[in-house]
Amino acid sequence: MTLSLPDFVPAAPEIVLLAMVCFILVADLFLPDERRHVSLGLTLATLAALVVVQLADMQEGSRTTFNGMFVDDQLSDVLKVFIYLGVAAILVYSRHYTRSRDMFRGEFFSLSLFATLGMMVMVSAGSLLLLYLGLELLSLSLYSMVALRRDSASATEAAMKYFVLGALASGLLLYGMSMVYGGAHSLNLAEIAKAFQQDAFTDSAGKNWPINKDLLVFGIVFIVAGLGFKLGAVPFHMWVPDVYQGAPTAVTVLIGSAPKLAALAFALRILVEGLGAPALLSQWQGMLAILAFLSMAVGNITAIAQSNVKRMLAYSTIAQMGFLLLGILAGSKVGYGAAMFYAVVYMLMSLGAFGMILVLSREGFEAEELDDFRGLNQRDRWYAFLMLLVMFSLAGIPILVGFWAKLAVLQAAFAAGYTWLVVAAVLFSLIGAFYYLRVIKLMYFDDPVDTTPIVATIDQRALITANGLALLLLGIAPGWLLALCQRAIQASL
Amino acid sequence: MLLGLPLLSLVVWAPIVAGVLVLLTGPDRNAASARRLALIGSIVGLLVALPLWSQFDPAVHGMQFVERVPWIGRFGIHYHLGIDGISLLLILLNCFTTVLVVLAGWKVIESRVAQYMASFLILSGIMNGVFCALDGALFYVFFESTLIPMFIIIGVWGGPSRVYAAVKFFLYTLLGSLLTLVALIYLYNTTGSFGLLEWQQAKLGMTAQVLIFLAFLMAFAVKVPMWPVHTWLPDAHVEAPTGGSVVLAAVMLKLGGYGFLRLSLPIVPDASLQLAGFVIALSLIAVVYIGLVALVQTDLKKLIAYSSISHMGFVTMGIFLFNPWGAEGAVIQMVSHGFVSGALFLCVGVLYDRMHSRQIADYGGVVNTMPVFAAFFMLFAMANCGLPATSGFVGEFLVTLGAMKVSFWYAAFGATTLVFGAAYTLWMYKRVVFGAVANRHVAELEDIDLREGVILAALVAAVLFFGIYPQPMSAVLHTSVSDLLAHVAKSKLP
Repeated sequence: MTLSLPDFVPAAPEIVLLAMVCFILVADLFLPDERRHVSLGLTLATLAALVVVQLADMQEGSRTTFNGMFVDDQLSDVLKVFIYLGVAAILVYSRHYTRSRDMFRGEFFSLSLFATLGMMVMVSAGSLLLLYLGLELLSLSLYSMVALRRDSASATEAAMKYFVLGALASGLLLYGMSMVYGGAHSLNLAEIAKAFQQDAFTDSAGKNWPINKDLLVFGIVFIVAGLGFKLGAVPFHMWVPDVYQGAPTAVTVLIGSAPKLAALAFALRILVEGLGAPALLSQWQGMLAILAFLSMAVGNITAIAQSNVKRMLAYSTIAQMGFLLLGILAGSKVGYGAAMFYAVVYMLMSLGAFGMILVLSREGFEAEELDDFRGLNQRDRWYAFLMLLVMFSLAGIPILVGFWAKLAVLQAAFAAGYTWLVVAAVLFSLIGAFYYLRVIKLMYFDDPVDTTPIVATIDQRALITANGLALLLLGIAPGWLLALCQRAIQASL
Repeated sequence: MLLGLPLLSLVVWAPIVAGVLVLLTGPDRNAASARRLALIGSIVGLLVALPLWSQFDPAVHGMQFVERVPWIGRFGIHYHLGIDGISLLLILLNCFTTVLVVLAGWKVIESRVAQYMASFLILSGIMNGVFCALDGALFYVFFESTLIPMFIIIGVWGGPSRVYAAVKFFLYTLLGSLLTLVALIYLYNTTGSFGLLEWQQAKLGMTAQVLIFLAFLMAFAVKVPMWPVHTWLPDAHVEAPTGGSVVLAAVMLKLGGYGFLRLSLPIVPDASLQLAGFVIALSLIAVVYIGLVALVQTDLKKLIAYSSISHMGFVTMGIFLFNPWGAEGAVIQMVSHGFVSGALFLCVGVLYDRMHSRQIADYGGVVNTMPVFAAFFMLFAMANCGLPATSGFVGEFLVTLGAMKVSFWYAAFGATTLVFGAAYTLWMYKRVVFGAVANRHVAELEDIDLREGVILAALVAAVLFFGIYPQPMSAVLHTSVSDLLAHVAKSKLP
């Protein structure tokens, strides 16, 4: 028997990242506290290197390696680049915040990178097993990051809640996956897809196995439930507000931004690539429609009642994930492209919103109540303007890019025949506009309560400026990003 | 085209760029330069619009000054601009109003001057965009973006309950336009294009037409506003600063009327004909009932706001009469209402700046202390009643004429506006201006200064010119309106 090595090149970014995490983990041990920024520098350098490796590695067509477990296609390339950029932005935003809260440690950086690795694995997974591994790597890193401030009662509580519910979701997911495995006799997504095109499955011994469709539908229910947990879609959303509010903001932004891209890839891989056969498609479409409707309803309506910005943004996330699901449940490539565009845009918006909270927070003070935004226009016109852009974009008001994201998913869902859902979606987005407007009202119409000058370093200022203006500029010229997402989907699914 | 310049893009973007430049002047210590820059910007905005007027060929069918560049390939959206006679008049009205608004806010606005001036300039550019857009998505983007600056204007520089008014304004108008978005997506999915001109040619079944019509009606009726979705307007007007009220009444309400003419009628003509009676009924309710409501107002701005709704009822009725008198009258009425209601809000602003009260009861005998102002105010009050030789007469006369051709009762109910309009305007004028000096504050009033005089004189010139000689307006309109009516007369049922 000859030992053949798998092709490592498609997984080069993952390998580089893993090597660097190990290096940073060890190197950090030898750094005194006042030199901790070296770790941050190394982490950022790693992410920059990954962008370079990924772009150098980018090519037409898709490759698989590790016996089809690992896929490297355009979808994964594009999503990974955005994940690197997102995580790097988070680390820059949270530099001050973590330093003043005794979180500026090696663990924070290495766990962020492990979470990134988890997301990358999810994005590139070609089999159920790898999907699950990536998800767990991401989740476990996030659980421990939420609890990083172990002396904070709310953070510990949030971590416990997140862990228990996350573990439950993983259990549901695994249960669903096991049923799919039972039906398809394979963990490989491509083979699962092939199996469901026929009514019977022939194994390597030449024996015919009938395919049990009822079992599959049952399995899909569990998979969709697990996916709902991870996305934070109603009725599996209970953890979202508590975790968003309880976790340190630097971690909240990590939970609320880049992982949504990974969750999207997860949904596309398992539902579309694996279970995309027409008979199954109609099954999960209906389930997602209900999740989407409930998410938009509960998310938007409950957000109105919040006085804590992080909690309000949590409910806003739930509602936005409902919109994201509209794209997926359209069940067409146009829809998946729209969903991908939505996820990328959403990441930008949530980075902007949480980034602003991080910038406004200072030692011993969390700018997380709505009142902390009161009169921001009089304290700093530029920040207020950027936050205005973020809020109008979240509300989906043109000319900001949030509008094009909503238009894309609505168009796809409409084309798929979900007229009632589209009408419901626009009505809920009207309700949503109310609480986004309230933030603008506080910033522009009211007088400040807190007049402490806002101190932010030049890099944070530059980043939040770039982030806010990106929403405006992408709104004026959304064509290329839409086309990029569409091309990636066309080439990969 | 002058020197091959993209004139329409200039008209849209010059004010927006000027607005951004004004914003860059920063905090209030540079207020003087912000004001000057804003005035220059608004005048440039008006100047670049003038070549449109001189080079517009009234005999040409279809759109002129067309610009078409691919914008978003994924949806086949184009940056497609072009105007006909209807758009031309409204663009000129908008650019003219912007100059006056900048002047009107010159002294009154003392806090966040740069942001104030910039909001108006940007708003002006966006509204020009609505009037030139020939792509559904572009139209929607401009139409919706108007909400952002107006929301800020009402909310930041408005009166005591400005927050309530601003949020009500925003959500009300957003509700209307969101359903339009669904209609636009439907049209895109059916025709594979976002082009308004393509949509005008597309065949559509009756059910689809009716649904699309109702979706459009939601957006445009809120904007006009028509009874019963008018309730945001009095609040918005009362709370908005003078400039905000002027732009709202003079230009923003016209977005609704323009939407009917550019989208509803040509895209869903059969449904428009079918439901014309319904829209006319709503319009007549606005004319009669809102006219009566205006009669009992005790707040000057509220009275003019209700008078606006009543006059806009004439516009919607004219549009849905489907004859040349009605349609031309409607557009002329829109322009004239832009001058007259803008002028009336400016007059109230003049009084408010001095007295800080909008209550009619607080005034009386203003003519004794402000004779020049009283004369100007008199003229605009007369124009608001539709007195012949003012621009207010032309539109109302044409629409009534058109209504008479369709039904005696439309004309009869419509004509009551001449009675009610005269009643509430003149009674208001009498209580505010005539009589003995009512109190110490009125006795201390000073007459208008040069700046205010220039603003009001410009409006007087416009009101009288188009009242005595409306020919330039109808000449520009004639081809566009008859083409539109010819298009509507052809059924689009498959």
